[in-house]
Amino acid sequence: MTIQFNEETFRDDYSFRNSDWAIKRFPFPFHEDSYMYSVNMEQHRGGPAGSVYEKRFDVDEHYVSEMRDRALVLDDDPLRCQSLPHMTLAGWDTLELIMVSKSEDYPDLFELHRDGDQWHWINRPMGIEQKFTFLDETTLPCGPLEYITRQAQGDFAVLDQRDEMLWMDAGMVTTQADWSLDFDIGMNFFEWHAPVPLAHEMGIFKRALKFLLNIQQGAPARRLNWTMTVNPLLDTSPENYHKWGIQKTQMTPETIGAKQHLRVELQTFYRLPRSNALLFPIRCYLIAFQDLTTIPKWGRRLHRVIRDLPEELATYKGFIDNRPMMLDYLSQFDDGQPTSPGIWPDLTSEPALKK
Amino acid sequence: MSAAPQKAKAGAEKIDVLVSAVVPLNDLVTRFEFKRTDGKDFPPFSAGAHTVVEMQDEGRTRLNPYSLMSDPADTSTYAISVRRDDQGRGGSLFMHQNVSQGDPMVITYPVNLFALDLRARKHIFFAGGIGITPFMAMIAQLERSNGHWELHYAARSPELASYATELKAKHPSNVHVYYDSENQAIDLGHLLEGQPLGTHAYVCGPAGMIQWVHTTAAELGWPEDNVHSEEFLAPQPGKPFQVRLCRSDITIDVGENESLLEAMERCGVDAPFLCRGGACGQCETDVVEHSGTFDHRDHWLDEAEHASGEKIMPCVSRFLGETLVLDR
Ligand code: HEM
Ligand code: FES
Repeated sequence: MTIQFNEETFRDDYSFRNSDWAIKRFPFPFHEDSYMYSVNMEQHRGGPAGSVYEKRFDVDEHYVSEMRDRALVLDDDPLRCQSLPHMTLAGWDTLELIMVSKSEDYPDLFELHRDGDQWHWINRPMGIEQKFTFLDETTLPCGPLEYITRQAQGDFAVLDQRDEMLWMDAGMVTTQADWSLDFDIGMNFFEWHAPVPLAHEMGIFKRALKFLLNIQQGAPARRLNWTMTVNPLLDTSPENYHKWGIQKTQMTPETIGAKQHLRVELQTFYRLPRSNALLFPIRCYLIAFQDLTTIPKWGRRLHRVIRDLPEELATYKGFIDNRPMMLDYLSQFDDGQPTSPGIWPDLTSEPALKK
Repeated sequence: MSAAPQKAKAGAEKIDVLVSAVVPLNDLVTRFEFKRTDGKDFPPFSAGAHTVVEMQDEGRTRLNPYSLMSDPADTSTYAISVRRDDQGRGGSLFMHQNVSQGDPMVITYPVNLFALDLRARKHIFFAGGIGITPFMAMIAQLERSNGHWELHYAARSPELASYATELKAKHPSNVHVYYDSENQAIDLGHLLEGQPLGTHAYVCGPAGMIQWVHTTAAELGWPEDNVHSEEFLAPQPGKPFQVRLCRSDITIDVGENESLLEAMERCGVDAPFLCRGGACGQCETDVVEHSGTFDHRDHWLDEAEHASGEKIMPCVSRFLGETLVLDR
């Protein structure tokens, strides 16, 4: 399938939209009618055709516009991309992984020609063509991590692995749910997770770290995480909280369906071959409540999950104040009928809304 | 959340290979080189990584880890060097006696439990005997990135010092070789004392040597995290014993010449593992009940865990006594 790239914005007039195709393939994160933190990791070896899990790095209709938004964020704040000196090799690993994966998975969009260390990269959607020498930084316009992640959707944390621990020593972070690379750089797995409620006490981070340290080359893994965002903003960073925080108070019962977005992160984990570092791509998908509730199963379930979510989680995720308004809106889509297990929309088998 | 449920397989991903060269280096050590059966390139790897080699030995599958010693930048070939161990359970003997050029074999993707600390200003390597192998790859990698390194290599005699001549010829000022047969020894205290701040030390060799480097470095005030070591423990033979696996609901016998992990696999139990050498932690198993004594041989569990009798690493550790029940 060829992808029609949207012409859209994630700021100012917020012209971001999901097509029917994008709505149906949205990575809905709830496999049952309730939610709690867990070590929800599975192998990342493809998934159903057309789903966001199918390819190693999913490319969708928002690609070109998301990359434009990233460039704007970087113009304002170059510290959104950082790499400590010992992480350059991991940057090349990342570049190689993304170029090889995209050219194999989307041959009509991306091409990579390699002759020894002489590489030739073609990115058609963005109109980029680059010849360079692999492992020679002077032949690229910027460092390898920045170069390739300006052409790949989602944020990227690159973790050095030392002394049975992961360290956030490099990254490209412009589409984050309220955390900052500049603040977290150099921290370890437990330090950067410190603000998260309940999960430490549940032993989740200890077990998750053990799992991550053992992720091996050729056997990537993935998990989903989610939060809420008012207006389709990619850059909800602490640095810009003064700009977007206030928008959370400007929603009304009339506008909530269009303004309130479920924000889902498809997080994947790759062992990088040359550096032995761990790559952590965090791909952000946004969907407006009014679009999400066109899928009857998802409408029913989202209402129940938000209603029953522990207060600590709703507070940490930043929507405790808006929860009553969300529930008023979502209750229209919950007729009390049971939902089928699993994350898929099940459009043909689930009953229509009876209200 | 599960988009496409798949059962996780034990061990790392596998690669089909053909033995492309068998090169005897001396009385004890032989190098084996591999090419991919499908003609493609191998995945790149980071120096210090090992691969687990699968050997089909008369109906029995042996899985032994060996450090990759080839240049990590050369993705056309992987190479390992194997020292013949006449006292061992036979994996190295199998390699020496039964493997020839052109044979098909199966090896795993690289797994690195002995990585370079890329922040280091300088890397100082201590190799004992066959422990030279991971350093061959490390030296190749650092040479390419202009890293600062030096090697101190102890071997029994010039005849048995695999790769010493070649290393010395290529890097005369970085490589120092010491022969037991000539009563030469590494002047460890002196060497460790004289290093610039930000140096990392790496040791691979016999258990005694590893201990010696760790202890000496600690005495001289080296931070623990700046000293790295790797010792693959080959599982040692031992008295047969019986184990009850309560989740699988079977009782199995572990023979004299197989490990507990191998016995589980032989009986069709899909037990997790990676290194099969007591280093990675992947095979850690809870003990439900026991009466008898454990023979803990791993590097993963700490002393308190060994003493607790609550955990065992089936890839290398054994048991002697009446009953052992495991949560597997
Ligand atoms: C190395 C990979 C990982 C990185 C770089 C990472 C990074 C982060 C960061 C930066 C945050 C935000 C913390 C804040 O509020 O400042 C976060 C939140 C969180 N992380 Fe991770 N994480 C990783 C892996 C994992 C894994 C494997 C789990 C598995 C359970 C996990 C569970 C969580 C949870 C539950 C939250 C709270 C999210 C929410 O409620 O919205 N993380 N992570
Ligand atoms: S398999 Fe690695 S410790 Fe047992």
